[in-house]
This record gives sequence, C-alpha cells and structure tokens, in this order.
Amino acid sequence: MTKRIILGAVAILLVIVAAYASFFIAPQERTMGLIQRIFYFHAATAWAGEMTFFVCFLANLLYVWKRQPKYDWLGVSSAEVGLACITVVLITGPIWAHPVWGIWWTWDARLTSTFVLWLLYVSYLLLRTLIEEPERRALLSALFGIFAFLDVPLVFFSIRWWRTQHPQPVIMGGSGSGLDPTMSKVFFFSVLAMHVLAAFLIVERYVLEKMKSEFDFLAREVEAQ
Amino acid sequence: MKNLDSVFAAYIVGWGVFFVFYLTIAKRTSNLRAELDRLKSSLPRAK
Repeated sequence: MTKRIILGAVAILLVIVAAYASFFIAPQERTMGLIQRIFYFHAATAWAGEMTFFVCFLANLLYVWKRQPKYDWLGVSSAEVGLACITVVLITGPIWAHPVWGIWWTWDARLTSTFVLWLLYVSYLLLRTLIEEPERRALLSALFGIFAFLDVPLVFFSIRWWRTQHPQPVIMGGSGSGLDPTMSKVFFFSVLAMHVLAAFLIVERYVLEKMKSEFDFLAREVEAQ
Repeated sequence: MKNLDSVFAAYIVGWGVFFVFYLTIAKRTSNLRAELDRLKSSLPRAK
C-alpha cells in the first residue's frame, strides 16, 4: 500500500513538473507558436499508451503460454490504461489540428490506424464482458489481445511509411528530422512522467482485478455450501 | 497569446480523462473491498 502511495505521489509530481516544463521551459516553436505545446502532452501520452499495449501483449503471450491468472489480470489492467491514454491522444490531437490544419480530423494513415487501435482495445474489453467462464474469458481475450497489438507497430510506422496529413516524425525520423535540444529534454521528461503515471494506473487496476478474482472464488465457495 | 484556449482545453480535458479513470478504479476497488469483507464474514457462518 505504501509503495503504491509513493508511486502515485511520484507520478503526480512528475506530471506537474512536465506540464510546467512544457509551458515555461520549452522554447516557443517558430511557425505554430503556443499550440505546439500540446505536442509534449499528446505525443508523450501516445508513447505511454503504446508501451502499455506492449505490456498487455506480453501479458497475453505469457497467459497463453503459462495459463496463470496473474497474466490475465495484468493484460486487462494494461489494456484499460492504454485505452485511457489513446482516448487522451484522440482528444488532444484534434484540439491541436483544428487551429493548425483548419480541420478537426482527416482519415490519413496515422489518425485512422490510431482510431482502429482504440476500437480494437474497446473490443478487447467488451469481449471480456461477454464470456462468463474465467479461464475461457482469459484465453480468448489473450488471443484477441495478441491480434490487437499488431496495430501498434502500424500506428508507429504509419508516418514513416506513408505520406500523411499528420506531421512527419521529429523523434527517430531519420535525417532532416529532430528537435531543439531543450524541446527534446522536455519531451523525454514528459515521456518519463507519462510512463510513471501509466505504471501507477496499471498497478491500481491490477489490485482491483486481483480482488475481483478473490471475490469470484469466495462467491463460488459460498454458493457451493 | 493565440490559441491559449486550445492548449488549455487539451491539457484540462486530457488530465480530466486520467482523473475520471483513476476515480472509477478507486470507486470500484472500494465497493469491491466492502463486498469482499461482507462475503468473508458470511463464510464462517455458512460453515
């Protein structure tokens, strides 16, 4: 419990410092101006979301291999946190796009693949509500989770493989791309902050899922008596 | 300060999503803990 409180406090502290750095330390971008500051929150949340889905993917693989409930708990916990992150990405993206592009949304490769990713993990969570038997639910959702993760590399590489309305990569984008050194430091600090926040949320959600499993077990025992 | 409202909206709505998500986890955990305690206390009696 104490460790969870410390992790939560560290996450809150880091996101506050990251928000401060995004507004007051990162220099103003020349062409976009103030609106570019959404990038530090939007892109860092997207990276955290993708990492969270990677954790879900690993948990799903481990469940299929070892059939231990703890991997199922980790899978659903990270899927929910990743979904929260991608929801934020899908909200903050259009808020940035409207003043810059003049439109809220366009069906380009990056935006469409991100929306598909969101739909896939909504389906993953919906699927879990449709199956009552715990082991069958865990196995089917793990298999679906492995399939859903295939979209994550597609989202990441979409702006590298295709010409998109979405800006081209400024991190790991090859020659001609890159960020001002201060912007880069603020961005990577924001990435760290969002990863710690995601880790905190996964831990909290995992505790809930573990408790649910204990409850189901006891409920069956009471019913059997 | 052009677009300050958009930047403000993005941060507020974004943090709002995380905050509401955390609240739902905390609420579900608290409800389940109460249910679990009730169930545990009913077990010895059932025996």
